[in-house]
Amino acid sequence: MIQDLVIALVLIGYAVGVLLSFGTVLTWVERKQAAIMSDRIGANRAYIRIPFTQVKLVWLGLFHGIADGLKMMLKEDFKPKTHDALGYMLAPWIVFTPVLLVFAVIPFGGTLDPGKLVPLLADWFGQRTYPLQIARLDAGLLVVFAFSGLTIIGAMLAGWSSNNKFSLLGAIRAGSQMISYEVVMGLTVLGLILIYGTIDLGSMVRQQSGVVLGFLPAWGIVYQPFAAILFLTAAIAENKRIPFDLPEAESELICGYYTEYSAMKMGLFMFAEFIEIAIIGALFTTLFLGGYNPPFLTDAGFALPGGSTIALPHALVVLLQLAVFLLKVLVVCSFQILIRWSLPRFRYDQLLTFAWKILFPLALANLAATVVWIWIMERA
Amino acid sequence: MKPYPRPKYWNEPTMGWWERAYIFEVTRGLFITGRIFTRNMWRWMTGRKGALTTYYPEETRADYAPLNRGKHILVQRIDGTPQCIACNLCATVCPAKVIEIEAAFNPANPEHPKYPARFEIDYSRCVFCGLCVEACPEDAIRMLKEVPNLPALDRDHMWLGKDELLTWHPQNDGAKR
Repeated sequence: MIQDLVIALVLIGYAVGVLLSFGTVLTWVERKQAAIMSDRIGANRAYIRIPFTQVKLVWLGLFHGIADGLKMMLKEDFKPKTHDALGYMLAPWIVFTPVLLVFAVIPFGGTLDPGKLVPLLADWFGQRTYPLQIARLDAGLLVVFAFSGLTIIGAMLAGWSSNNKFSLLGAIRAGSQMISYEVVMGLTVLGLILIYGTIDLGSMVRQQSGVVLGFLPAWGIVYQPFAAILFLTAAIAENKRIPFDLPEAESELICGYYTEYSAMKMGLFMFAEFIEIAIIGALFTTLFLGGYNPPFLTDAGFALPGGSTIALPHALVVLLQLAVFLLKVLVVCSFQILIRWSLPRFRYDQLLTFAWKILFPLALANLAATVVWIWIMERA
Repeated sequence: MKPYPRPKYWNEPTMGWWERAYIFEVTRGLFITGRIFTRNMWRWMTGRKGALTTYYPEETRADYAPLNRGKHILVQRIDGTPQCIACNLCATVCPAKVIEIEAAFNPANPEHPKYPARFEIDYSRCVFCGLCVEACPEDAIRMLKEVPNLPALDRDHMWLGKDELLTWHPQNDGAKR
């Protein structure tokens, strides 16, 4: 029992650490990638000076994230006179916490056998094995949607409690946009649920480790390429980033629903946004890109398409799976940043038209096609 | 309620089905930006420079236009004294009031008895309009195409004095004898 607790704490520590460092590193990645895309050099001024020397460590501007965080913490926490104290205080946390909670059900590695990994603890752990996942829930995907739905409440609350017309407009926009795209997101995933026959994310990933058509890895994107595009679009809209950044809309609403927030409260909104990029990356990886497994790898080792297998030691498999998961997430994050710095923004009516008149019917069509396909396959 | 009628603009874009479908053109745009990203990234990784911008104080552009109004210099006579006669015309015409001149009297030189003991320019306020150059009756102040070495941690370090302004020693110039 105590062993389970230790493992759970280790996993939670790992997940929270990964998410927070992703949030920090992504601010740097975003700056640098945007700069390189547009022929610039990018942020490279913040440095750490080694004490008592003149040696300044710049490290390609990696410390700008730390400088930002420090700035946010030290700034004056300015509040408008007429804000609603309780809602104003709660809103950033209601936005921030569910984003972290979503990660609880996402498997970031295969099965862990601590006894095999550390021979010293073999007696203590015995035959226990643990999936590298904080909460092994049957309702994994539903939990993801439930928690990501909570973010809407935070955004609405922030806008309402600020007692500012810009904030309120931003909040209303955020509400309608996020609810619309939530619907699309749910519909795109339904096709996958039909194919895998489960909503347990761990089991979904295990089903994706196989091979389809002899050589292709059986990833969700191979079965449902169309749903993958729709899902990514809806997810980016859900995150309210640039092509869909109407709730913030700098040029129209100053800063949207968090206009009246300053210092670390505003920092929490920003941080939540960056962590949500990582969460979207993790979700997309889990649902469509085969999760933590590189092509042809299973928990035992590589099973190449030719029928040959390469057995790998347990420690190597675990490390490989953890690393591959992070790599895939980083690639998807990078792609989201590419989208954010390439596409022009939507107008507000275009945004909702895009959700209800284009993405929604397409998602329905995709679902119908999947149903028909599965029906034919079962008959055949 | 009827929706607000959107105005028709004279340059309303005409789009075919290809553009209307959105996804194709968006993909093309992503390919363009992605290509530039990989190209520049490859340049950085192979030790070259993958940016068009300049890493300013450490690196200055070589291609300033020949007529660029950069930093000021004081023209010198053959003997190295400034050609300036401290008439204060530049300081008077200066819209940002950045030039400070302290005139002094030199009885040893009857041709040019008046000279600037102090000639200072505050670059934190200079607007680089070049009016001082226009106003000078003696062709004593000019502007080089190179920019002054401005970046400093506070404004007091953005003043250039006579020492810095008198560093221009061209090989041949029609400076007055």
